[in-house]
Amino acid sequence: MTTAHAGSVDGTLPHEPEKATLEGRNKVLAFWLFLGGEAVLFGTLFATFLALRNQTNEGPSANELFHLPLVAAATFLLLASSLTSVFAIQAMHRGNATRLRNWLLITVVLGLSFLILEIYEFSVYIRHEEFGMTTSAFSSAFYTLVGFHGAHVAFGILWISVLIGQLMYKGLTVVTAPKIYVSAMYWHFIDVVWVFIFTVVYLLGKVG
Amino acid sequence: MDWITTVDHKKIAILYLWAGGIFFGIGGLEAILIRIQLIKPMNTFLDAQTFNELITMHGTTMIFLGVMPVIFALMNAVIPLQIGARDVAFPFLNALGFWTFLFGGILLNLSWVMGGAPDAGWTAYTPLSSTSYSATHGVDFYTIGLQIAGLGTLIGGINFLATIITMRAPGMSFMRMPMFAWATFITSAIILFAFPAITVGLVLLTFDRILEAKFFDVAGGGNPVLWQHIFWIFGHPEVYILILPAFGVISEVIPTFSRKRLFGYSSMVFATILIAFLGFMVWAHHMFTTGLGPVANALFSVSTMLIAIPTGIKIFNWLFTMWGGQVRFTTPNLFAAGFIPTFTMGGVTGVMLASAPADFQFHDTYFVVAHFHYVIVGGLVLGLFAGLHYWWPKMFGRMLSERLGKWTFWTFIIGFHLTFFVQHFLGLMGMQRRVFTYLPNQQFDTLNLVSTVGAMLMGVGMIIFLANIFLTSRRPLDAADDPWEDGRTLEWTIPSPPPEYNFKQTPLVRGLDAFWKEKMAGHKGMTPSEPVGPIHMPSATILPFLMSVGIFIAGLGFMFSRDEFGSDIMSFLFNNYIVTALGLLITFGSMLLRSLIDDHGWHIEPEELEGR
Ligand code: HEM
Ligand SMILES: [Cu+2]
Repeated sequence: MTTAHAGSVDGTLPHEPEKATLEGRNKVLAFWLFLGGEAVLFGTLFATFLALRNQTNEGPSANELFHLPLVAAATFLLLASSLTSVFAIQAMHRGNATRLRNWLLITVVLGLSFLILEIYEFSVYIRHEEFGMTTSAFSSAFYTLVGFHGAHVAFGILWISVLIGQLMYKGLTVVTAPKIYVSAMYWHFIDVVWVFIFTVVYLLGKVG
Repeated sequence: MDWITTVDHKKIAILYLWAGGIFFGIGGLEAILIRIQLIKPMNTFLDAQTFNELITMHGTTMIFLGVMPVIFALMNAVIPLQIGARDVAFPFLNALGFWTFLFGGILLNLSWVMGGAPDAGWTAYTPLSSTSYSATHGVDFYTIGLQIAGLGTLIGGINFLATIITMRAPGMSFMRMPMFAWATFITSAIILFAFPAITVGLVLLTFDRILEAKFFDVAGGGNPVLWQHIFWIFGHPEVYILILPAFGVISEVIPTFSRKRLFGYSSMVFATILIAFLGFMVWAHHMFTTGLGPVANALFSVSTMLIAIPTGIKIFNWLFTMWGGQVRFTTPNLFAAGFIPTFTMGGVTGVMLASAPADFQFHDTYFVVAHFHYVIVGGLVLGLFAGLHYWWPKMFGRMLSERLGKWTFWTFIIGFHLTFFVQHFLGLMGMQRRVFTYLPNQQFDTLNLVSTVGAMLMGVGMIIFLANIFLTSRRPLDAADDPWEDGRTLEWTIPSPPPEYNFKQTPLVRGLDAFWKEKMAGHKGMTPSEPVGPIHMPSATILPFLMSVGIFIAGLGFMFSRDEFGSDIMSFLFNNYIVTALGLLITFGSMLLRSLIDDHGWHIEPEELEGR
């Protein structure tokens, strides 16, 4: 933070506003730590899924169930939303609050579309394939792992929406910037987890 | 009200101490009841079901709700002071961590009055913990209560990590950090990587029980051994979460009362890190008899035994610290000195258990019970007593009575060895653990009687400790800044109890044992690293409390969501998840408020600081 960056608004906001205060730096650090814990959480869920993925109890198997084009579309939406959240943070570093807000809005919309596709997917399985939580150890593991990720997406959508509101109400400051930065970290993390889910659950389910 | 809204780490420490103390008392009562049942063969004092509930709740309560919060109490009371900080990194989260722990604990204990406590053992092994073998809501209280309490622990762990990484006083590099701070740092790291695993385990078990999922149900393709893996990949690191802080306390107390610096400081740091690392590699030593096969058993056996090496390094370093020092046996130091041989005995039986073929003989006998009580009570609880007596004057501004303290020590440690030493032999002679009675004339009778008498004696020790607290609390404040006169670390440079802001000026640290170094250089106190200026303080808030209440309600709502109720309104509210939703609404609403209300805290001005 030695040089005031070219883009910052009338010099009042530093280039990396999320790291301008001790509180902000603490927040970013603690969030990295938290993500470490989240990694263990999803790691355990993945391990459970891998242990149980062939235990279909005469219910549908992964190969019969999954419809890859739908999942691929969802994947595309989520990956795109990670990209737009990068644009959001870039706008923040340039001190451009309006663009920041717009990119965040797009991120939320993309996340929401992902979630809707996922809910649709689940409802098809439950209604037409008779594949519910209680069908088999495989179904329990599937819904728990993918559902946990979905709940994370839902929470992220709520969270970022509140931050958009806050941004419009309070503006971009050294207090709001760390929150936005951290929520973007969270969003990337969810995205990375999804890449693993796509590979381990869906691709492996189709071929393995 | 003041206590419900506080975000001050020193007050939160006292809250943890109170809550932990009460749960410890409940767990202790449960233990006494268990021991009364086992005092003689074929006793009918308790029935089998109650006995199962008691052993389950005793283990669960002691580990999660008794000793953990007391550890957190000491960490909260001491860590910011030892590293020269004004508070933890996130005071709000600190309060939140406490309240979620408390409400989780309350939920768990509500099971006693709401239709049956958990009865599947503190390890909740499936299928014992499935609805077919445990039909009451007991295990639901276990899964949901521990889930909520665990959330608090995780929050606390992250907070301490951030605090220690970013808030150390100028000059305090990691290799100048007191051992207790190191222990807290490593412990918090273990919490961060171990607790999410049990979080998942508890979710899976909850889903199996409430949503009829099939994770552990063999008939549905599930696998009970999966539970054991998840439980122990958390459970073994958990025992190091417990013991490392005790190591930290001992490493503070012994140098102070030996007037010598800790022998082998850097090897102590290294050993702590190594223990934490190995702690994650050895979980399956709890599963030798599960049938993992000889290769897995051999690997886990060897890796387990490796832990004895860094642990041994620690034991020798403490002995070398005392060696040739001017040792004073004050109450804290008595407990520290009692810790060393007692814990070592627990370590020796641990290595015996780690030998897989031998474990087939020992497993699920009283030998294992003796082992873990030697490490947990003989190690951790003695360590906590040492720490409490040592820091009591700093926390409360009052000296505890030395005379009563010594009585506490002797009754407790004699009672302890009476209780648990004989259990090694009971185990070797074949007495199984977790059975509610035994037949006469198997040579179990006398030893069980001895064990029960010992347990009562430990109870007497606890009562003397409480009397000590009560009697001294009625006296005026009498503790000096540095009441033991040989204090070595920063907490002894400020008043007892410390003012709200801890340090008027952040101190400059010029070496390991910062205060001792200044004393040896002939200085009275620390050199400040900043001029006197306004100090920024966070505001008190009720939101952490409310958020925890919300989670508590949501937990209850979810737990009873599939029940049939006598009244229609109740059925409507619970079966449609309305209660759950209401709870979550309170929690998320409070989070929203927290994010919308601008609260910049307040300042203490320099004039006010000087005015004291
Ligand atoms: C040198 C160090 C240690 C070794 C080699 C060791 C080894 C073992 C082994 C092999 C068992 C499984 C016995 C069985 O179930 O058959 C065991 C049980 C246990 N250990 Fe340790 N241990 C050590 C230190 C500790 C420490 C420091 C603690 C706690 C502070 C601890 C707490 C426990 C507990 C609670 C159990 C029983 C769990 C249960 O089944 O309920 N151990 N130990
Ligand atoms: Cu272990």
